[in-house]
Amino acid sequence: MSKGRYGIHGGQYIPETLMNEMINIEKSYEFYKNDLSFKKELNDLLNNYAGRPSLLYFAEKMTKDLGGAKIYLKREDLNHTGSHKINNVLGQVLLAKKMGKTRVIAETGAGQHGVATATAAALLNVECEIFMGKEDVKRQALNVYRMELLGAKVHTVTSGTMTLKDAVNETFREWTARVNDTHYVLGSVMGPHPFPMIVRDFQSVISKEAREQILKAEGRLPSAVVACVGGGSNAMGMFYNFINDKTVKLIGCEAAGHGIDTEKQAAAIARGSLGIFHGMKSYFCQDKYGQIAPVYSISAGLDYPGIGPEHANLHDTNRAQYVPVTDNEAVNAFEYLAKTEGIICAIESAHAVAYVQKTASAMKKDDIIIICLSGRGDKDVAAIAQYRGININE
Amino acid sequence: MSKIHNAFNKGKAFIGFLTAGDPSVEKTEEFILEMVKAGTDLIEIGIPFSDPIAEGTVIQAANIRALSAGTTTDKIFDMVKSVRQKTEIPIVFLTYINPVFKYGYEKFFASCRQTGVDGIIIPDMPFEEKAECSSEAKSNGIDIISMIAPTSEKRIKEIASDASGYIYVVSSMGVTGMRSEIKTDLNSILHSIKEVTSLPAAVGFGINTVEQAKEISQTADGIIVGSAIVKIIEKYGSDAGKHIYDYTKSMKEAIL
Repeated sequence: MSKGRYGIHGGQYIPETLMNEMINIEKSYEFYKNDLSFKKELNDLLNNYAGRPSLLYFAEKMTKDLGGAKIYLKREDLNHTGSHKINNVLGQVLLAKKMGKTRVIAETGAGQHGVATATAAALLNVECEIFMGKEDVKRQALNVYRMELLGAKVHTVTSGTMTLKDAVNETFREWTARVNDTHYVLGSVMGPHPFPMIVRDFQSVISKEAREQILKAEGRLPSAVVACVGGGSNAMGMFYNFINDKTVKLIGCEAAGHGIDTEKQAAAIARGSLGIFHGMKSYFCQDKYGQIAPVYSISAGLDYPGIGPEHANLHDTNRAQYVPVTDNEAVNAFEYLAKTEGIICAIESAHAVAYVQKTASAMKKDDIIIICLSGRGDKDVAAIAQYRGININE
Repeated sequence: MSKIHNAFNKGKAFIGFLTAGDPSVEKTEEFILEMVKAGTDLIEIGIPFSDPIAEGTVIQAANIRALSAGTTTDKIFDMVKSVRQKTEIPIVFLTYINPVFKYGYEKFFASCRQTGVDGIIIPDMPFEEKAECSSEAKSNGIDIISMIAPTSEKRIKEIASDASGYIYVVSSMGVTGMRSEIKTDLNSILHSIKEVTSLPAAVGFGINTVEQAKEISQTADGIIVGSAIVKIIEKYGSDAGKHIYDYTKSMKEAIL
């Protein structure tokens, strides 16, 4: 029977060649997630290698400047490798090793997940190959070299639109060719069951910490938590431990690119419809015949036509709200946070900052917002400069 | 009993695949009729999809050519309707779940029945997700063809005992595409299948030479050839008809 459902979403829509592996991974994960030595090993890596817990930082200047709700930033950008991606890859690569795998493969868009996977593979001594769309290889040359420095082999994907969705396609294809010794470290809360669950669990450390930290700092829960959403892994991590706190609003910021009414966007909730792709039933940008639409965002990490199934269900049940944020709003927020708080965040995370910039002033002074600052922005500096018409050499 | 049964009545079956709309739906109809003339026992028609994750580079490229030419599911149904006026050859669609889901299961399978499609292969709908559209397929008399892979192991029996039409045995790990060598122990897979079902089992993925066709048809009930035919279309485009005929004829003769 069908497994891994979130309301009507989720499931396991993948080729038969991979089905036995899905069953193996689920079994292994169900065992190791309760295994004391696995948990200890993972915790040790998270605390002593990745630098957890990450800070919950009170953005006092931004709060004063906007003049409304109190704003906190959950600083996932301060993790080793510069984003929340490390939380998931350390868990998955460790799990892969326990399963006897000697090789990991992964897709990457902006390169953050690729770098994180290559890092975990270097540390834990497994072979690593990364699939990255040709467009992204061009946009993120520095990250390509980073992955190579870490010992990974980077494959340039030239099929389809040559971006993140095509990198996912190609990684699945590679996995069907060599599944016995290889684990696919899926980078987001997407794909066939058990991936949306595994990635969410490994990322839920974000909200586990944030909930404790805010209770300690303020003695009460926030009014809202806000995160950017592509596939949705940092958002799911940020939301998860607040889902049962009904007073806490969960807000996901989708990439609206040039605008929600244009074709240059990647907003699966605002513009997508129900579909089945990359192993899951969820919302996707697609045409009336079910062909997946080419999507666009200034942020390579949000440049994906779908959204994870648990998000789709949080949307259906009105537990979370998903809002579109344009390139222009995100770039403004990127610059605003740099000037106001001295923090250069990832352009992905800037989508969440932009939403708060727009809405915080209308909220009450005793409201509290936590923004998940999912990554740091070094990788985006050249692209932002270009957006402003300035050409710089990295 | 659907027409699919007929494909396996006259000895070993040759099953030819092509992508609809490559280079145009009109040409697809012509190529299908060439394949029928050359002795093909069943035709698999690929409905192109933007992201065919089970396909190798040859069929991926055909999907792009077909979609770029403006091929849609509706145009493919029209083409099948036209083919049906000329031949009784069993026809099976191969496509991904999303184009079927988005079209609407009831509407899709009713159109299959009305135009004369006999079955469907959906590579990204494994056994666990069959309930997705099995009732709509069944009520319209369309067989859902199950796939069994080299990794299926213990799953072979549950898949085979719930199958209809024929069993699609995936010869190798990986995606579709021509292979010089097929290393899987097909005999043991075919043996496990035969223990639980009397349905015919056809082997696909990688087969492209006369020698492979001969060897595999010793034990399998049929062979499925896709990428080799699509490669001919890639090479000759609109003029591929007579080349498809020659190739199909040589392959069919090899398994007689």
